[in-house]
Parts: sequence; C-alpha cells; structure tokens
Amino acid sequence: MSLTSTVKDSARIITVNADRIDAAMAIQFKEDMRTETENGPDHVILDLSAVDFIDSSGLGAIVAAMKQLDDHRKLDLAGLTPTVEKVFRLTRMDTVFQLYPSLGAAMATLEN
Amino acid sequence: MTPVPTVFSVTFDATELDARRAIGQIVERLETSGLGDDQVGTVQIVLAESVNNVVEHSYAGQNAGQIEVECDVAQDALSIQICDTGTSLIDQGLPAGKPADVSGTRDTLPEGGFGWFLIRALTRDIAYHRENGCNHLVLSFHLA
Repeated sequence: MSLTSTVKDSARIITVNADRIDAAMAIQFKEDMRTETENGPDHVILDLSAVDFIDSSGLGAIVAAMKQLDDHRKLDLAGLTPTVEKVFRLTRMDTVFQLYPSLGAAMATLEN
Repeated sequence: MTPVPTVFSVTFDATELDARRAIGQIVERLETSGLGDDQVGTVQIVLAESVNNVVEHSYAGQNAGQIEVECDVAQDALSIQICDTGTSLIDQGLPAGKPADVSGTRDTLPEGGFGWFLIRALTRDIAYHRENGCNHLVLSFHLA
C-alpha cells in the first residue's frame, strides 16, 4: 500500500505516502510495517511528513509497529505535522518515541 | 478570519470507509466556514474518535446503521451533534477517558484506549442523551 522504504546511513527509512493513518487503514499499516522492518538495520525512522491526520487507531498501529521490533531496535518518528504532533503530545506518546521535526533532522543525528 | 455562522449535516453508513469520507467532507465545510487550521485539527481528532466509537461499539454485533453528524458553527463556538441508533449508553454512562499509562516498558505500552481521553481533553463540554431509540452526543468547542 502506501509505505516506501530505503536504507541509508545504517538506518531504514520508511515513508508513509498517505495523508492519514486512521481506523480504516490501521491494521494494514501495522502489517505493512512488519513487512518493511522484518530485516535490515536496527534503527528505523518513520517519515510522517505527508500525514496530515492520525486518530487513536493510527497511533495504536504505530505503537504496535514499535512493539513488533526486537528490544534492541528502535523506531524514531520524523516530520510530524501539527495535528499529528498534537495527538502524540496529548497522549504523552511524545515521551515514548524520539520525535524529529523532519527526516533531515533525524538523519543529521545519524551522521554525528 | 471570524467563522461564518452556518449549520449543516452529513449522514452516512457506519463503516470505517464511509466515516473517513464523511469526516473529510465535514472538515472541508469547517475550513470553508472560516475555522483556523489548528481548530479544524482539534475538531477532526474529536470527530474521528467519536465516530469511530459509534462504528466500533455502538453498532457492534448488529447490522451497521447510519450516523448523522450535525454541525452548528457560531462566531465563537462550534457544536457538533452525533446521532446513531445503536446500543444505548444510558446504563454505562460515558467513559471517564483516563489517560493511558505510557510509563512502562515497550511490551506494556497501550495500543488503544486513547479515544475518550482525547475527546474529553479537546472539548469544552460533552452531553449525551437517548431519545426515540437514538443516541445523541453533543460536543462543544470554543472558537474564540
């Protein structure tokens, strides 16, 4: 569906090519994330910059995508748009995930 | 820009895809009415959670009925009424919407239970009543 993925600078970058992650696509999203993260680098960055809106089902699917990873692997989030960021902040999920304002900002931390 | 007072309603089948389409239509109407991006974002979160609740719980175990969403935009306030003919919430009452506990280890993190918390956090007032076999949930927002 609407995920594309590349490996760059020892991280897997997964881009969501959809303007929303909602109840109608949450299960598919979780399954597609499992496929994309099955192997490859321990560090996964999810680029959400095209996503204007997320509901609690979509939020749950991103949490589930992280829980699918082995404990030593990590999932960071980049490019949260204002409404998506609001959902993460209100639910305090901003304390669970490392959030970056853009994919570039997330990549910059890899190079250092 | 001050919102232009307007009233409109959208009726749709209680499925996830029809809900998505209807929420999109409502969001467009609210933007046209002059609500700011931040206000529309807030309203969309509450609307999506409330409508999802109807789709997933109110009509659970029975044929999905219809959902009617009526929006009343005033200059400084917005009221949204959501009506469905599903299971009554009179006996159980509206959920308290406690924040989910995100302090634990990765495997204990919650994947749900955020909906009513978000609804309560982002509205000024919530009212519910049951009338003629219909649930009426009224969500109020400040627009000032």
